[in-house]
Amino acid sequence: MGVILACHGVTKRFGGLVALHGVDFQLEEGRIASIIGPNGAGKTTLFNVFTGVYRPEEGSVRFRGHELVGLRPDQITRLGMCRTFQNIRLFGNMTVLENILVGMHSRLHLSTVDVLLRTPRFHQVEAQALARAHDLLGLIGLQGRGDELAKNLPYGDQRRLEIGRALASEPRLLLLDEPTAGMNPAEAQELMAFLRTLRQELGLTILLIEHNMRVVMGISERVTVLDYGQKIAEGSPEEVQRDPRVIEAYLGTRQRLAERPAVG
Amino acid sequence: MSHEAVPARATGLRAVLRKPPLVMVLLAAYVLGTSLLVANTPRSLLLFLLFLASLLLIFAAQVPRWFRGAAALVTLGFLMPLLGLRNGFYLEVATQIGIFVALALGLNIVVGLAGLLDLGYVAFYAVGAYSWAILGSPQLLKTWPGLDHILPLSGWWFFVFLLLAVVLAAVTGVLLGLPVLRLRGDYLAIVTLGFGEVIRVLANNLDKPINLTNGPIGITPITRPAIEPVLWVLRTLGVQASPATVYPVYFYFLVLVIVLLVILVTQRFKDSHIGRAWEAIREDEEAAVAMGVPLVRMKLLAFAAGASFAGAMGVIFASKQYFINPESFTFLESIGVLAMVILGGMGSIPGAILGATTVTILNLQVLKQLSLTLNAWKNAGVTILGYNLANLPPQLEPAKYERMVFGIILILMMIFRPQGIIPSRRRRLELEETHRRATEAAVEAGVV
Repeated sequence: MGVILACHGVTKRFGGLVALHGVDFQLEEGRIASIIGPNGAGKTTLFNVFTGVYRPEEGSVRFRGHELVGLRPDQITRLGMCRTFQNIRLFGNMTVLENILVGMHSRLHLSTVDVLLRTPRFHQVEAQALARAHDLLGLIGLQGRGDELAKNLPYGDQRRLEIGRALASEPRLLLLDEPTAGMNPAEAQELMAFLRTLRQELGLTILLIEHNMRVVMGISERVTVLDYGQKIAEGSPEEVQRDPRVIEAYLGTRQRLAERPAVG
Repeated sequence: MSHEAVPARATGLRAVLRKPPLVMVLLAAYVLGTSLLVANTPRSLLLFLLFLASLLLIFAAQVPRWFRGAAALVTLGFLMPLLGLRNGFYLEVATQIGIFVALALGLNIVVGLAGLLDLGYVAFYAVGAYSWAILGSPQLLKTWPGLDHILPLSGWWFFVFLLLAVVLAAVTGVLLGLPVLRLRGDYLAIVTLGFGEVIRVLANNLDKPINLTNGPIGITPITRPAIEPVLWVLRTLGVQASPATVYPVYFYFLVLVIVLLVILVTQRFKDSHIGRAWEAIREDEEAAVAMGVPLVRMKLLAFAAGASFAGAMGVIFASKQYFINPESFTFLESIGVLAMVILGGMGSIPGAILGATTVTILNLQVLKQLSLTLNAWKNAGVTILGYNLANLPPQLEPAKYERMVFGIILILMMIFRPQGIIPSRRRRLELEETHRRATEAAVEAGVV
């Protein structure tokens, strides 16, 4: 399997705070992998570097043969990487179906002229988009709910819709930021099954940030552990679980506790 | 849906409104009735408002599309100008409404759809107006008398400038858009406010070193659009009319055509990936860009599209008024258009139209009438609750109530109906798609 995403020596600073410090990371195509780590370890920052929200001070990110550092988020989405957010960020006052259609934006090749003159091309592209959005609704189990406002959906459905919206951009790599946050164990199980189906049917590569260890250990083939902006361990779930540095990062030791600043 | 039985409890008006033929007859009777009444009593404000309400009824009633279109066409294209000949002021009001409808629709794209709060929108209107005013008047001859073989440009150039102003305003929109791309919410509002003031101050002061705008004195006379073809058509029809009587009707139709175009353009933008991208930006900019929406291009397009409508209307305004000065492009004017959009319902096309109509009528007619009536009472010394209005101190002069009442209306609207008169309605796309698939399946089953 080829490497779909690789970053080398990524460093991101916010003022005096080093959020990421020389992180190296690789992800093989077709994998389901997780990034874990204590709060503030830099997981979401790494996601934001991958997706172009942040520009790292040092290092490079390569995705399917393209250098991503310096590209805008929408350009990166066009290259085939899409994400969800830790705190759900749907377009609340738009309908479920419209949310998915927005996800397709980068795949709809229409000019302003097509839109204003309503060319045959416009009707064709728009009809195809609508049909695909309709199918995606079925895939995420929201058929019949497409005309509801996104903000009126129950929590679990909102999480699914966010994944559906990301899928609409036809990604090769899906980044999920804590997809099971706020879910009960049954819902989390369901989501894991759904992610496996996605990988199988669409051949997706999936990278998760997760706090729920049951999910992490249950689904990931590879786990990367971040702490204080540095990669401290990497390997199969079993390897990582046994790694003393990981245990230390999560549970702490006497010595480390003393080293840490009092607050935070 | 068409098989849906009329519920037994739906009685009275509701039952009547479910029978299209009857509704059509009633509607036609109402439209014709009110227009006859207005024609008979051309000075009654109430009757004119009732006549305008017929347009509202046409679009609210459940009638077939062809009937709606025909009724609107007859009302706007025939009855309105006819009544305008009876009382020229009504045509002026209708033209003003048209101008503000286009402005409100333009601002609606920027504020309502894309969620970019623009407090200096009237600047684009000024750009359009001044572009024609400067070249369509003898203004530049003051500095360069040698240009008198070209300037002022003839009325045929008016139409060129109509297009040119669209482009010019759009470019100005992009120029404003570029530096404010990173700004959101209140910061954006302040910058656009400043931009609006800059344009007004420029208009006010560009009489030196080269006299472009003639400063606060303003520019006049501004060339009117070429009327020869209209007069020629009228002559062939055997109508002898002077330009003075034809121009108001001419402007009315010019504005009407542009408003229809603006509605069409707005509608098409809204029901497309561009409109969805704008709304996504309004809802959550960061999520929108993560979904592949090119933020810069979409924001600039919103600014450009919104500005272009104002540019075109600026040209018409300048030429209709014959005279413009910076006073027509104050901050208050921007706020007025914003009030129309918010009052009507942000992001809603019918809302912006109704909002513009309501506010314009309030300003030009209802509130004017109120202060006129109060003034008449004051002069007649009418006593209310034991207080003789003749004793009103000058601080409480009736003319001062106009803005106050308008303000109270705005406040009440925001408290009791913050979503606006006609809130934006979402298209039921899934229903349409399911329906389409069902029809397709049915057709296939029938064919095979």
